[in-house]
Amino acid sequence: MIIEKNWANRLFDVANYLLLFLFGLLCLLPMLHMIAVSFSNRSAAMGGFVTLWPIGFTLRNYEEILSAGPVYQAFFVSVQRTLFGTLINMALTVLAAYPLSKSAQELKGRNWFMWILMVALLFNGGLIPWFLVIRNLGLLNSLWALILPGALPIWNVILLMNFFREVPKELEEAAIIDGASYWNTLWYIYLPLSIPALATLTLFAAVGHWNAWFDGMILITRNSLYPIMTFLRTVVIDMNLQILSVNHTDIYNLSDRAIRAANIVVATVPILIVYPFLQRYFIHGIRLGAVKG
Amino acid sequence: MQIAEKSLRVTARPVARKTNWRTYFGRTWPLYAMLLLPMLQLALFHYYPMYGVVIAFQNFNPGKGFTGSPWVGLENFRYLFTNPDFTTVLSNSLIIAVAKLISLQCIAISLALMLNEARAALFKRTIQTAIYLPHFLSWIVLGGILVDLLSATGLLNRGLGVLGMEPILFLGNNLWFRPVVVITNLWKEAGWATIIYLAALTAVDPALHEAAAIDGANRWQRILHVNIPGILSVIILIACLNLGSVLQAGFEQILTLYNPAVYSTGDILDTYVYRAGLIAARYSLGGAVGLFQSAIGFVLILFAYRLADKYAGYRVF
Repeated sequence: MIIEKNWANRLFDVANYLLLFLFGLLCLLPMLHMIAVSFSNRSAAMGGFVTLWPIGFTLRNYEEILSAGPVYQAFFVSVQRTLFGTLINMALTVLAAYPLSKSAQELKGRNWFMWILMVALLFNGGLIPWFLVIRNLGLLNSLWALILPGALPIWNVILLMNFFREVPKELEEAAIIDGASYWNTLWYIYLPLSIPALATLTLFAAVGHWNAWFDGMILITRNSLYPIMTFLRTVVIDMNLQILSVNHTDIYNLSDRAIRAANIVVATVPILIVYPFLQRYFIHGIRLGAVKG
Repeated sequence: MQIAEKSLRVTARPVARKTNWRTYFGRTWPLYAMLLLPMLQLALFHYYPMYGVVIAFQNFNPGKGFTGSPWVGLENFRYLFTNPDFTTVLSNSLIIAVAKLISLQCIAISLALMLNEARAALFKRTIQTAIYLPHFLSWIVLGGILVDLLSATGLLNRGLGVLGMEPILFLGNNLWFRPVVVITNLWKEAGWATIIYLAALTAVDPALHEAAAIDGANRWQRILHVNIPGILSVIILIACLNLGSVLQAGFEQILTLYNPAVYSTGDILDTYVYRAGLIAARYSLGGAVGLFQSAIGFVLILFAYRLADKYAGYRVF
């Protein structure tokens, strides 16, 4: 692109950079404020004096919530659901996407299966029947309630199916002539060729599991089984600090606000850790975003 | 001769068919085996709940289940459509969803055009890192931050205090609730929504820019007459697909941010289903609202896909 260096273009650039910088800053400021509050002492946090830098720097807030058990418990539930949930998500996604990537000649009834998938994507029974079914299946208050109902992400199946279809058919045909079964071709041809797509879907599925909270809120009634985001909801939205089980005398020496802030930071750290990896896959994210709208 | 041939065919066909099917399944059974678990998942967690919508036409009793509860016909819907709450909730959903969709698309397009003009690669990447981040945080994290930030003693009201203004209860005020919902939605999603437009912008032919520059077009004119027409098909596509979600006002966001003080402007279909159906355990009423929303949503999405296919050549698969 050719851009002459005249004053109009310079002004354009300055205004453009400035606006973008401001928007970027606006996106981060609330989080930076929260982090600053989480490291501030009681009076500064309670009085609302903290802006973007901790006042009276202290680690007390973190010490208090991390010295009690419930945060670890919720963290562990989330780690479990993220690990097993993502694993099951990906297994089912692959198992559905591979057969459906075949033509209707190769897999008889393929179009029927496709319809079954599409109707499930476009129509749902709504929240109440969904809840009643999970209750009927006896899954309430178990880890399975957080894993199984969303175990087949239909969009991901469609994305992966489209990806599999771009793999040259000749590879599979040659392998089948040499005596390979469909299990073999899936394992030795399709999966190795789709590693970038699989990595993308895995990361997004994992983030989804970590961030999910509504299912925990209605399907889990025992506090000790709450995933971290549902737990955090109780603390920061319902403003119930008792769930933290912080020592009763200590809580009077702490600011509720700083405790909540520290809890938010603790629950967000895993996302911040995988964020750079997520960014590597933004190119694939384009494709994800393209279909998800 | 003809008759003989016909009878021959009649007897020969089933035999041939049988062996064909046997060789066919002998080779393709793994494909069907693979589909077994996914189909079981769909049956249990998608189709079984779809069958469960019958509760909308019943006076559902948890003890009697989907099959044993007494039928009441359209009674739940009749109650619903004469209930002023429902009208409020429906219009709130529409207003919030449409405001969100329009604002999000406008801001995302502007941001993408601006990012496209920023040529300092490091600066551009840093800004992208910052504006994509909120998309990956849950509404509980963002909501927890917002509830504190917007509270009477929060940072924003402290800023207003410095300016000599009275504190505003942003989340407890019917005047402010919708704007807050729309703006915080932009905070979370505007950056992420630029991705598709940025991708479309990389596909704009540089030769067009060069030709326009030689003809004396300044940068502003090149954005208006080269870049925007270049991504117009994507803009139209997203606008068409958006039609499918004009009843999706953002359940998780509203449920996190709202409170009884703002029900009249902030209560939406999903939160109503949640409160009436689950909290108050009026399952059939909640089921009826849910079915209403699903059915309208279904029609809207089909319509959106039809439009997207017609105007932007978009196919799901």
